[in-house]
Amino acid sequence: MYGSYQKPRELVWIFGMLIYVLLMAEAFMGYLLPWGQMSYWGAQVIISLFGAVPFVGEDLALWIRGDYNISEVTLTRFFALHVIALPLVLVFLVIFHIMALHEVGSNNPDGIDIKKYKDENGVPLDGVAFHPYMTVKDLVAVIIFLIFFAAVVFFMPTFFGLFIESPNFEPANPLVTPDLIHPVWYFGAYYAILRAIPSIAGSSFPGVAVMGLAIVMLFLLPWLDRGKVRSIRYRGLSFKIALILFAIAFVMLTFLGMQAATPLYTALSQIGTVIYFGYFIFLWVYTYFGLEKTKPVPERVTK
Amino acid sequence: MKKFVLAVLLLLAPGLSGAAGPQGDLMSARVNVNDNASLQRGANLFVNYCMSCHSAEFMRFGRVAQDLGLSEDLVEKYLIFTDAQIGDTMLNAMDPELSEGWFGAAPPDLSLTARVRSADWIYTFLNSFYRDEESAVGVNNLIFSDLSMPHPLWELQGMPEPVYEEVQVGDEARLEIVGTRVEEGSGLMTEAEYRQATQDLTNFMVYISEPIRAERERLGVRVILFLLVFLFVAYLLKKEYWKDVH
Repeated sequence: MYGSYQKPRELVWIFGMLIYVLLMAEAFMGYLLPWGQMSYWGAQVIISLFGAVPFVGEDLALWIRGDYNISEVTLTRFFALHVIALPLVLVFLVIFHIMALHEVGSNNPDGIDIKKYKDENGVPLDGVAFHPYMTVKDLVAVIIFLIFFAAVVFFMPTFFGLFIESPNFEPANPLVTPDLIHPVWYFGAYYAILRAIPSIAGSSFPGVAVMGLAIVMLFLLPWLDRGKVRSIRYRGLSFKIALILFAIAFVMLTFLGMQAATPLYTALSQIGTVIYFGYFIFLWVYTYFGLEKTKPVPERVTK
Repeated sequence: MKKFVLAVLLLLAPGLSGAAGPQGDLMSARVNVNDNASLQRGANLFVNYCMSCHSAEFMRFGRVAQDLGLSEDLVEKYLIFTDAQIGDTMLNAMDPELSEGWFGAAPPDLSLTARVRSADWIYTFLNSFYRDEESAVGVNNLIFSDLSMPHPLWELQGMPEPVYEEVQVGDEARLEIVGTRVEEGSGLMTEAEYRQATQDLTNFMVYISEPIRAERERLGVRVILFLLVFLFVAYLLKKEYWKDVH
């Protein structure tokens, strides 16, 4: 929105994306730990996705599970990864993320380079220090988030069956499949994309590949967007419309990913998938060929 | 944000209707886990009726005593029928292998049923038994058809008779069961008393499915109050620091 991924902050963006992907792995492995019905069958579905990779798929899935089925072996290794390995990697990534940010400085809502105008000490005129300015501001934001978080934890821990599904209160049973296996809400969009792609020649690999690509696209964002202007405040109208469409498509896909696949829902998922990828293609064409009509960007940060 | 709220509402809709099943809506159990008297009556019903066959393996007698404000002596005297100690989990004397032979399936553990099925489902279930001579156990249930358990509370409720009504399905008229009716005075309880009893029982099952619930709600109020105060202070601090920026 404010183009914070654009040059020179590509590295900050990449570390941010790595943290996101790792958090997904962390969440997925943590979700197996309660060993309820939805845990078990969700993990079953996701691990079997790796089995769709050509040639090495079955061996890959076997390697992840450590067994021919989800078993205690899978449970213990997921536990180890969830509580030790991944959190450690996450901590290091956060450090790298901040180091990379320290190098280039934060973006601003105007998306302009504040290092052009410096005072006699070489400090940018329009800049403020990360501490205490950003930290006290973030403290306020963190507390507001914690209030909502505590409200959920203390008064609606299952969030109407959305955060903890009722089938998960039944212990995992490999012989009984729940009526509807669906991912937790934060994976809904990617799962919808996966299901939107029909299998080719009996292999579900195309769906898996496109789902993976959906995340890879986000990694490539700094190089897809060739626009000279960062902030949405001064970008072209088409960019604004495209971004809104993208956001709507993502919310819609998230919803669809948690529903049973009816023909209507599958068709909607396919439309959503096209919009999702269409956004990135549009963004590249729009900026690479200089089709974007931008507004003039101010030299100094506006109030 | 509006979209998100809408999505959440849409998500809820199928869940609610799915739980109700084909037999119509669920009754509202209106549980209150802070109502100790109701929980105590529910505990009494649970150990006397449900625990003949079912268990609550994740719950201990001692915890029930502590949370419901009962002394351990009282619980040992009136709620423990086996040779279990106060610190033991709430198991019963029935051998699962034998009961599987008797009923076709071992009676499931009831610790988490309220969270799997919902409180309203349990309440409706307990109020939906009716006489069915064709069934092996002599009863059937409106929201759980062809179940293999008898009506455990028939003594209290009296045996409910099915109420038939002619329902038009396409061209043909069919007799369908639309509800149940209990003959006045056939049970030990009146209809209102039975409703109250099943509500207490449901309340107790909600409690054992999450014994910490009352505590966490009490704690939650304090946590959020603290955060609100903290937010106020942090906001003033932020204002103070940013004063010289603008």
